[in-house]
Amino acid sequence: MSSSNQPTAAHLASVDHIRNNPKFAELVRKRNAFAWTLSAAMLIIYFGFILIIAFNKAWLGTLLSEGGVTTIGFPIGVGVILSAIALTGVYVYRANGEFDDMNRQIIEESR
Amino acid sequence: MKTTNTAIASALAFGGMALLGTAALAAGADMGGATKQPTNWHAIIMFVIFVGATLGITYWAAGRTKTAADFYAAGGGITGFQNGLAIAGDYMSAASFLGISALVYGSGYDGLIFSVGWLVGWPIILFLIAERLRNLGKYTFADVCGYRLARMPIRTFAATGSLIVVIFYLIGQMVGAGQLIKLLFGMDYVYAVMIVGALMMVYVTFGGMVATTWVQIIKACLLLGGATFIAFGVMSHFGFSFEKMFVKAIEVHPKKTAIMAPGALVTNPVDAISLGMALMFGTAGLPHILMRFFTVPDAREARKSVFYATGFIGYFYILTFIIGFGAITMVATNPEYLVKGVGALDLKGGNNMAAVWLAHAIGGNLFLGFISAVAFATILAVVSGLTLAGASAISHDLYASVIMHGHATEGKEVTVSKISSIGLGVIAVLLGLIFEKQNVAFIVALTFSVAASANFPVLVLSMFWGGLTTRGAVLGGVIGLLMSVIMVVLSKAVWVQSFGFKEALFPFAYPALFSVPAAFFFSWLFSVLDNSPSAQAERAAFEAQAIRSETGLGAEGAASH
Repeated sequence: MSSSNQPTAAHLASVDHIRNNPKFAELVRKRNAFAWTLSAAMLIIYFGFILIIAFNKAWLGTLLSEGGVTTIGFPIGVGVILSAIALTGVYVYRANGEFDDMNRQIIEESR
Repeated sequence: MKTTNTAIASALAFGGMALLGTAALAAGADMGGATKQPTNWHAIIMFVIFVGATLGITYWAAGRTKTAADFYAAGGGITGFQNGLAIAGDYMSAASFLGISALVYGSGYDGLIFSVGWLVGWPIILFLIAERLRNLGKYTFADVCGYRLARMPIRTFAATGSLIVVIFYLIGQMVGAGQLIKLLFGMDYVYAVMIVGALMMVYVTFGGMVATTWVQIIKACLLLGGATFIAFGVMSHFGFSFEKMFVKAIEVHPKKTAIMAPGALVTNPVDAISLGMALMFGTAGLPHILMRFFTVPDAREARKSVFYATGFIGYFYILTFIIGFGAITMVATNPEYLVKGVGALDLKGGNNMAAVWLAHAIGGNLFLGFISAVAFATILAVVSGLTLAGASAISHDLYASVIMHGHATEGKEVTVSKISSIGLGVIAVLLGLIFEKQNVAFIVALTFSVAASANFPVLVLSMFWGGLTTRGAVLGGVIGLLMSVIMVVLSKAVWVQSFGFKEALFPFAYPALFSVPAAFFFSWLFSVLDNSPSAQAERAAFEAQAIRSETGLGAEGAASH
């Protein structure tokens, strides 16, 4: 059906080579650590926001300046949205740059 | 407040969701009460132009759809930027456009809570899922779950999870579509639902993923453009000062300064967290969204597509927020749009019309017609993506893998998929007609909860945990699926409001806080307890899977011509 079911001999040799390549272990460790750190950051930001709403929503109604009407809740809410965009940008920048370079090296060395 | 509840319930009826399911549902005023408006010719002409253009694209796409890879994944030839737009088009529903702006219009800040919840699943998809999904799978997320686990049980489970999510999501979209079209175009509900059903069948059956992708891209551009124009109109009216806009909104709105902070939307922390989990993890378990990652050539483009999608969707949610406040200041002050005159918020045609009337206030009849046509296009793009995902689950997972044991020819598989698209279209229309007068608000909670409790845990564990066995995945996933469905049925929304019992047996509105951890726990437990020879082999196969999932070596290429 697909190549995944009948791997070629060359493919198996590559897999074997990658398994023993310390760079592969390094790539997986680095990229996973980065991905989980950013995931944790997003979870903390979002559930932090939800918990403030759940337990202390009045605080979000604090005025930004005396005599103004804009509350602190607005920059915080919009900040959560912008942080989501920023975090994805940071990840893509590093993954498509540094990590992909490492990945390319590993695959080339395995051929 | 009546207006709040109506706005929340309306948002829900469109597939939106409220943190406070109970109060929202208590109002019971979904779009079933939408009044038919006089025939809107501007909207109909623009809609006909849109349909003509998309049918032209479908004709073009049909000529390019020859192989299974073309049909399911547009031959893998979509760029990251295009896919980002298509994902945004697949995800931004009429709910988020009309429902969230209506919610902001009715209660201010609370609308922002929705927007945030609907966005934060995307970074998680990027960090943990997108690239591995692209590297391991071919056409459906079941390819990934079934990579090293036993084909029959895992595909059956994943296809069932996909179909349940797709069908529930379709019900919400079809009912919302029928009501919306009745409202905007002055067309009968029955015809509206049938037109949506017929068009989505044509797009998917003839044009497959190529046509679906371009319908979603065009729709995303129209929606982003239209919403930008409205928001720009609002901001220029206030000299680009949020402070001035807020001052005016507080002056006009009956709730005064209460609109500047979270209000009635959240009552208890359990539901707040539970809904947060359903939104965040449910997004990462929606089959029509996951399927989009197979349309790009490699992991690199898959990552880029999430970045663009998150940017477009986040930008759009900020716009809906400005639109909601704009409607308070520019629609609620004009008796032309109001049922009870200035002072009450009730809008002609219901509060979901907030964005539509604001479009009229800013750009006159022509722009009102444009925005109405965009709203219709929005629904079409979403239901097409859903139908394609459902059809793939039937043909690629159930037919080719389970029934034919992987020996189906490509041509037959695609034929089965096309027949399934037609079948799903018919089912969607029928369900749309059956549920016309029902309160479908709970359906969205159910959809996201099932996606978060069944699809998401199995997908994540199969990618990250080598110890997962077939038995663990299927049992854990089924437990998550059953728990989420049963808890929603026993909650107030269904048990009390649909079945008429006195007390809800499940005290909360959303099950995710319980069902998601349960799915993870039981997947782990039954995997650890599984000492069968097949389980040993499955564990041993993880290393090879991890090498492909991390490096992309051996991943399905851009096209299988």
